[in-house]
Formats: sequence, structure tokens, C-alpha cells
Amino acid sequence: MELTLWTYEGPPHFGAIRVAASMEGVHLMLHSPQGDTYADLLFTMIERDGKRPPVTYSTFQARDLGGSTAELVTDTLKRAVEHHQPSVLLVADSCTAELIQDQPGTLALGADLGVPVIPLEMAAYSRKENWGASETFFQLTRGLLAASVPSASASRQPIGDRPPSVNILGPTKLGFRCRDDVIELEKLLNSVGVDVNVVAPLGASPRDLLELPHADANVCLYPEVAAMTCRWLERNFKQPTITTTPIGVAATRDFLAELSEKLGIELPETSWQDSHLPWYSRSVDSTYLTGKRVFIFGDATHAVAAARVANSELGFEVVGLGTYSREQARELRAAATELGLQPLITDNYLEVEAAVTALRPELVLGTQMERHIAKRLGIACAVISTPAHVQDYPARYSPQVGFEGANVLFDTLVHPLMMGLEEHLLGMFREDFEFNDGAAPSHLGEGGVVAERADVNGVDHSEDAGTPAWASCAEKELKKIPFFVRGKARRNTEQFAVAQGIATIDVETLYEAKAHFSR
Amino acid sequence: MNTPAVIASDVMTGHPTEVRQERGQRAVFCGLTSIIWLHRKIQDAFFLVVGSRTCAHLLQSAAGVMIFSEPRFGTAVLGERDLAGMADCNAELDRVIDEVLARRPNIRSLFLVGSCPSEVIKLDLDNAAQRLQARHQGSLRVVAFSGSGIETTFSQGEDACLEQLIPHLPEGDQKTPKLLIAGTLSDVVEDQFRRLFAALGIESVDFFPGRQSDALPAIDRQTRVLLAQPYLGATARALQKRGATLLTAPFPLGVEGSTAWFTAAAKAFSVSAEKLSEVLLAPQTRARRAVANVAQPLIGKRVTFLPDSQLEIPLARFLQQECGMTPLEVGTPFYDAMLMQPEVAQLSETTELVEGQDLDPALERVRQARPDLTVCGLGIANPLEAEGLRTKWSIELLFTPIQGFDQAADLAELFVRPLRREQRLEVGEWS
Repeated sequence: MELTLWTYEGPPHFGAIRVAASMEGVHLMLHSPQGDTYADLLFTMIERDGKRPPVTYSTFQARDLGGSTAELVTDTLKRAVEHHQPSVLLVADSCTAELIQDQPGTLALGADLGVPVIPLEMAAYSRKENWGASETFFQLTRGLLAASVPSASASRQPIGDRPPSVNILGPTKLGFRCRDDVIELEKLLNSVGVDVNVVAPLGASPRDLLELPHADANVCLYPEVAAMTCRWLERNFKQPTITTTPIGVAATRDFLAELSEKLGIELPETSWQDSHLPWYSRSVDSTYLTGKRVFIFGDATHAVAAARVANSELGFEVVGLGTYSREQARELRAAATELGLQPLITDNYLEVEAAVTALRPELVLGTQMERHIAKRLGIACAVISTPAHVQDYPARYSPQVGFEGANVLFDTLVHPLMMGLEEHLLGMFREDFEFNDGAAPSHLGEGGVVAERADVNGVDHSEDAGTPAWASCAEKELKKIPFFVRGKARRNTEQFAVAQGIATIDVETLYEAKAHFSR
Repeated sequence: MNTPAVIASDVMTGHPTEVRQERGQRAVFCGLTSIIWLHRKIQDAFFLVVGSRTCAHLLQSAAGVMIFSEPRFGTAVLGERDLAGMADCNAELDRVIDEVLARRPNIRSLFLVGSCPSEVIKLDLDNAAQRLQARHQGSLRVVAFSGSGIETTFSQGEDACLEQLIPHLPEGDQKTPKLLIAGTLSDVVEDQFRRLFAALGIESVDFFPGRQSDALPAIDRQTRVLLAQPYLGATARALQKRGATLLTAPFPLGVEGSTAWFTAAAKAFSVSAEKLSEVLLAPQTRARRAVANVAQPLIGKRVTFLPDSQLEIPLARFLQQECGMTPLEVGTPFYDAMLMQPEVAQLSETTELVEGQDLDPALERVRQARPDLTVCGLGIANPLEAEGLRTKWSIELLFTPIQGFDQAADLAELFVRPLRREQRLEVGEWS
């Protein structure tokens, strides 16, 4: 058992629903008790979908468990096919159905439904949402394409004179900014003369999936959903995989370089001016962003990308980096190591909260859960990854990928912060009665991010044995240090005092410690 | 043994009460969803669901849409080791509960909430609750109930919770009748009701559940129970078994519902008819005026209810009786004749009552009938809107103070808003 207050990912069958809901002509029969239909509202409320996801729930009840739930499954399958007439039917168990072992997939295969059936094994008690989406997309692709896999010796047709084309794999409903990322990436690819063959799962039909082998390469846009499928296509259809996620200016340029290399063709040059980010970041106004302490947590793709942008495109200091995607943990570990950080791989919200509390960043980039954490601690926050709330499915065009995506990221990451001059004035006139630490950045209006700052440092001030005492004058002086470094200053000073054998910290000790640590 | 007693209200006429039953796909929450309001009502309680990742995801999806601070509920997510019997369930629960208590040391009651998976693997949470009770004696009350989807729908979770609390209610020794109001009400409504009961001379009133865990009312043969919510059949029956007398009445929704509800209490406490009309006159008058001000756009409109919160029948009665609407079809997750008789008696004979659900055909009927308003669950509202139909998502009706005289116009307004919005917007295409 594991105590969970908030969960980053839903169960694996929810990933299956995301894939089905992203596609046209695919229907899912989910063997499940009453209540599992809550999944519908994530699509219709959070993403404002105008359609119920294409799922029929068998809705078994306690009284059915005594008799034959298998009959209920068969009946539900027939009615689902009759009513929705899908091109492909997916069949899966929810967590409770897995326990009663009716094998709905086997029942569906034997039920003569007149429609291709793809049974799914969702492993509800060991796996999670993204794995479920990945597995569903993979089973669907393999199920449709297995019969047309060429012999191992067959080689791919060279590109020749025709325009090269790629598939964009991974975008789904309820992914982060997938709708706009697809548009932006198509724009980027078209601008360098590369066609898009198929986008999947988002917007694709089973017929489209049959066209996948015609592309020259696969762009694995979100490995959480598409890595397994890309590997299979690479192995069986010899399609190379473009693995760079084009989030941030440098990553977008790397993406184009990888594209050129994998396709074996020259691509037109791009320029730093293709995005506003490089100049915005170099303009003197952005100087104040230097070394801002940032904590980043999300799915691995977005967390790793955000870390690179934060570190080398905005000049922040990344002080923490983590992900809830265990399947993609390796990529995140590598990114963290490169930044000299200990990676945080966990799906436990409480551990993330503890890390943020200990690190005291000035900005948190995360999911809806980190928004809760940052709000509680009074830290500025921007959402960069799912799970996200309705306000992170914006009406305006706001991709993350490509050069426009980099513009969006600049705004997203800078907006929650206090502006440079405002911050300086705060530093100088700390005791101004209305313009002080407790005030939110002025452009965010009243009651902005800094609601409950009192307890921001989460430090236990109780008199532990061995902790030096603070003279009241030193306590007062400490309050003149900006709130976001105050906790660190306190800790450093105490550490310094212990090392020096000082029992009571006074103003002198405080400044001695400041000088000691300013290296 | 105590004989369950029912005092019927005097409005029993009319509707033939034919309730058609449907079976099939249901788009209704499970009982776990009740935790979303229960954990706000009982301020020193923590609700620990013993279930799967799906349960946790359900709770944050249904609740996360609305609440932004850390909840006083959580899920002990079962893993493969728990299912394979490799982990000692009791030890695991102890560990998780210690974690909860470390984080929330001020918790005074802990509810262990059963789920579909815990029921299917027959995890004995009652037993676990007893054991934990012994371990935390004096500092914590531990109660188990089931909110599983195979046994409960949506608001029935509260029914299961209160039913399991009843054995913990002390035995009273009252000489005179005492009123017990059962069902979660918002604090503002509870306070209004207290003032009205006091004005009627009914001073001794308990609300169940109370705002704090130690506010447990005593029960005995003098207890008169009035239900504030229409989904508490099991609670009502359990209270009857403890000797309490159930006063049946329409539910306190709208001016007429509230009047009948207070009248039932007044009768049971021998309040004179004069006193009753004197006390109710001012709130009735202003509430009628306020409803009339608001409900104009509803007159002559047709409404369909898809099953969701169990409030459907009383709401349909209110919309028909006080807002001039015509309820076409009223679907409800289950039909409890004992509680609903006074309500359906007032519904028009042309209104079709449906118990249970078969989603796809039900949606087809909505598309056919094209009512002016469909009251439905969150997952269905936007798809119907996208088809050009106006909807009211019913969960809002559980998170808004709607009971009593001074909320009657607010209640009407909730139904008016989608129609007014249609009038107002000049973008996009409606039907």
C-alpha cells in the first residue's frame, strides 16, 4: 500500500482511453464497475471535448459478481459494436475487472463481432497511465501492421527526388499542448521541405496507421506514448527514429540536425532570429534572470526540455530536477547529472513537496500538483507538463515545440517572476509598508502568487540541542534578506556558527557567514 | 424490538409511481465521490480510501476540478504485493495511517473507505477499523464504510458513511421528543434551519453529521428524524432500528418543499398551525418573491434529468411546482419508495420516472426530445452542449447551498443561468 494524496498519472486503462479518444473510428470496451466513467469528465471538462470519449463501460455491480459477468461482457461488446460501429475495437479490463478475470479480450475474439478486435492487458496494479497509452498505441499499430512487415533483408527505398516525409508520433488528448505542438511541428517541417505523412494517435484513423510505413522516419515527439511504437517500426520497417524533442531554441536546431542526418539530406539553414527568445534573453532587461533558482518536475520529456531551456537559454540555475515517469527515468538522470544534480524520480507528491521545501527555489516549473505545492509555499510557479488543469488548455495558440514554442516558453517562465527593477527596489527598501516581501509581483495584481508566505521556509525553528541561538538583533537583520534566500542564509549562518563554536549568533556572525559562503 | 415507524405527510395523492427500470452502461460516479463534501463538512476527519490508482484518480478528477488546497482525504493504493497476499494488510494499513497522522496530527476521526478492488478481494475493513480503534483508543474514532462502485452510487457514499456511524451514536434517555436532521447541509443552511426551529419552539435539534467528530447526537425512542437529503435510505432505516421515528416529508428544496418539511417537524413537535404560519410567513413571502424574480425564463420550458446525484426527483418537483417547467424524463440512480413517495405524489403524471441507466439509449431519447435543459453529470454536459442542447451539470447542485427558503431563488438561478447565457452570447452557433 502506498499513501497517495494526489496522483500524477491515472491507471493504465486511462492511458488506453486517451489513445482511443485521440483517434477516429477506434472504440474501447472497458470491463469496469460503476464509477469508472469519471474518466469521461477529464476529456469533456479539462480539455473541453465536445464528444464523450469512445468508450463503452460494462458497469458491473456487486449482484453481477455472484452470477456471470462474462455474459455481461459479451452483451456489452455486441451493443457497443452495434451502436458505435467502430473500425477497430479495443478491449480492456479496469483495475477491478482485472481481479475477477473474465478475460474480456478472449471473449471478444471469440464473439464474432464482425470488427477487428485488439485485446489489451493493462496490468493495473503495477503500471500507470502513460505506460497504458504507450502499450495501447503499440498494440494497435502492431495489430494493424504485423501482416505487412517486410522480410528482414528488404531495404528501404531511397528518398531520391521526392520530398522526404516523416510521421509525428505520440501526441494524444490530454497531453500537454499537443494540439498546438502538432501544428507548430508541421510548420517547422514544411519550412525545411519535409512532408508529414501521418500524425498519430491524435486525429488518426486505423486506416492512417496502415500508412505509417510510407514515411522515411518517425519523429518520436512524446516518448512516454510513442517510444515503444517507434522502436518496433524501426526494427520492422527500418524507419529511423528522430529522438530529439524540439523544445527550446537549441533543441529545435538539434532536432533539425538529427532530421538531416537520419534522412541523409541537406536541410536549409535556420537562424537564431527564427525565435525571439535568443534576443529577449540577451537583452539587458533579462539580466535579473541570471541564476534564479528553479525547481523542475514533470513528465520526463517536458522536465528535461525545461531544464535545458531554463539553464542555457534563460540563465536560471536549476536546483532540482525530477520526473514521475519511471519509464523515461534514464533520460532525466542523464540531464540531472549534466547539471550536477541529484535526480528526483518519484510519483509521490509528498516527496516532491519535501524537495521543494528543502531547496527553496524562486520558481517552480511543474504540473498541477507542483502548482499546489508552490501555492502553499508562496513560490512563483508555471505549469510545463501534465497533469494540468483546464486553464493549461488555453484558447490561444501556445505550442511548446519549435521556434514559436520557445517564444511561449520565454513568456511562461518569466511571467511569474518579479521584474528586475521591482526586485532591486524591494532589496533596497525592505521595510516599505506596502511594497515589501509579502507583496506579489505588481503585474500579477492583488492576491497573486504570494498568498501565504508566513511559513515559506518550512524550517523548524525550535531550539534543537547543538543549534546556536539567535540574538534578537541578528534575527532582525536576517529579516532584511529577501525571503527566498532567507532560509538558506539562516541555515548557512547556523552551520558557520557551529563550525566556529559560536553559541549565540549576532549581526557580526551573520555577515562573517555571508562572507564565508560568498565564494 | 423497536418497530420502525413512519409518520406520513398528508400530500399522498397523484402520481401512479410507475418507475421504469433500466440496466446497462451507467455514467454515474461511485460512492467515493461523497468524500468530496464529507471531508469539508466534518472538519477533523480524514477519509482514507483503500483502493487502486483509479480511486485516487477519480477523487482528484472529480474534486481536483474544484479544490486547490491539500485535501483531508487520501488513497492507500493497493499494489501487487497486497493482492498476492505477500504483504500483511494490517501492518500496511498501520504504516499508512501513521503517515496520515504524522501529517495531520489534529485528526479526530478516521474513515476507512472500501472500494471496488478492496471489496472484490474481500479486505475486511470493519475488522481493521476495530483493531485500529483499539490501538488509537481515546484519540481517534475509526469507522469503516464502503464507497465502492459495485455497491454504491455517488451520494450513496454519504448514506453508507452515516449508516456506519450510527452504532457509535450514544444511547439517549430523553423524556421528550428531540429532532435529528440527517444529511450534510452547508453551514449557512444549517444555521438558518436552527434559527427557524428555535422560532418554532423546537430548541433541541441535532444535525448529523456535525461539523466536529465529537458532535455525535444521542439516539433513543424520543428521536424524530427528518432527512435533509434524499439519498439516506440506509441511514434512515438504521436510525429506525435504534428506536428513532422517521418523519417523511418532501425535501427542503424550494418554498413548497421547505414548507412541507418544516410542517412535518412542527406536527411531530405539536407546534400549533398558527405558530407555524406565523414563523414561516416572512421567509416564505420573501422566497416566493425572489423565486418569481428569477424563474421567469424557466416557465413553459422542458427539462430532462439524467441519473446522477439522487436529487433528481425533488429537483424535478421543485422545477415543476415553483418554476413552471415540465419535467419530461426524470432518471435517478435508484428509487427508494419510502423516501420518494411524498415527492412523486406531486409530480405530473406525464413525467416518466426511470431508475438506473442505459446510457446510449438514454442519450438518444434526449436527442429525440430536445428538452430546453438537461440536468446531467459532468462527463456528458459538454457533449450535449456541443450538440446544441442546454445543460446544467448536476454536481454543482451538491456543492451549492440550495436547501431552505432563503436559497430557493439561488436554486432556480442555477437552472436559469445556462438559458440566460444562451440569450446573452452572440458567438458561435446554438441549436
